[in-house]
Amino acid sequence: MEFMIKEKIKQVKKGDQAAFEDVVAFYQNKIYQHCFRMLGNAHEAEDIAQEAFIRAYVNIHSYDDQRKFSTWLYRIATNLTIDRIRKRKPDYYLDAEIKGADGLDMYSQLETDNPLPEEEVESLELKSYIHHEISELPPKYRTIIILRYLEDFSLKEISDILDIPLGTVKTRIHRGREALRKKLRHV
Amino acid sequence: MNCKKEAVELMHKYLDGDLTKVEESSLVQHLETCEDCQKHFHELKRTITWIQSTEQIVAPPNFTQSVMDKLPKEKKRISYMRWFKAHPVITAAAIFFIFMFSGVFSAYTHDSQLIVSKQEDLIIKGDTVIVPEGVTVEGDLVVKNGNLRIDGTVDGNVTLIHGKLLDNSIEGEGLMASVGEVNGKIEQVDQVFEWMWYHLRNMFESIFSLGTV
Repeated sequence: MEFMIKEKIKQVKKGDQAAFEDVVAFYQNKIYQHCFRMLGNAHEAEDIAQEAFIRAYVNIHSYDDQRKFSTWLYRIATNLTIDRIRKRKPDYYLDAEIKGADGLDMYSQLETDNPLPEEEVESLELKSYIHHEISELPPKYRTIIILRYLEDFSLKEISDILDIPLGTVKTRIHRGREALRKKLRHV
Repeated sequence: MNCKKEAVELMHKYLDGDLTKVEESSLVQHLETCEDCQKHFHELKRTITWIQSTEQIVAPPNFTQSVMDKLPKEKKRISYMRWFKAHPVITAAAIFFIFMFSGVFSAYTHDSQLIVSKQEDLIIKGDTVIVPEGVTVEGDLVVKNGNLRIDGTVDGNVTLIHGKLLDNSIEGEGLMASVGEVNGKIEQVDQVFEWMWYHLRNMFESIFSLGTV
């Protein structure tokens, strides 16, 4: 598979746009999933994942054949998601009044902190809870936790993707694991 | 062993697969005695298992197509290249014709200099070549990019390329002249295709004559 992608990339570099279609088809789920986990919603994930592929196509000449294409592609996607998180403006404010609902604000729409009924804590709930906790991590830890445990990259590959030293990757993954442990220990 | 620092540090090293044999045995020894660290270690492993258990997410349908639609248009050159690759015979034929015609046209149009096959006994006035009265030119006469007037005699074929025969007394098509005399064919070449034909025929003739000599 790696070889097939290498050949396709060569064709894309020569300017053959059609060859890029196979590359997108091959990586679309991985990149979309990565963006979804980084951003936490489908709309932004689709937006950023598409942008990542377009950037990869436009800048294909700066990709070095000697390195893994997936690493390069993930780097583009990761940088774009982090950019998006930084630029993110809150879509709504909790204090804002809801139109047509006299005197009610967004606070009234929030879940209460009361413990959920036991029957609701099912496998699906747990999964979305874990997903929520991951997305609450600061981006620099979140990225590494996602790449390591959800996308199965080695620490060395993560250091290539993020272009940071291996030691930094290790420090961050330790902290990320500890932070998640603390959040999930009482579940 | 200091639980907070050393032991936890070793646990993370273990999780990253960086633990040496010595470190491993000291961690195992510690875990056997320290309940807090056991719990901590268990929580870490459970956390990782949970993270990995989250569901796989699939890209929305038509994702690839919408990416392809948004790509900048590929260069025209490339799509031509792909077409050429798909039709090699037509491409080869097209290249052949391009070279052939460009060669012919450049040869036909570029040299506008007056060229005469023989200089002896001929008078050249501007772009007119004159065979003077009483002179007999032996062999074939070729005049290129100039006019020809024959007052004398030409003992062979006359070929005019891009030029006119000035003496009215000779009326084309190899008729005998009344004043000047041509003992052979008179040929005028003005069109590209005639010119090509003339060259091709010359080539065949020279090959043929080489064969007979």
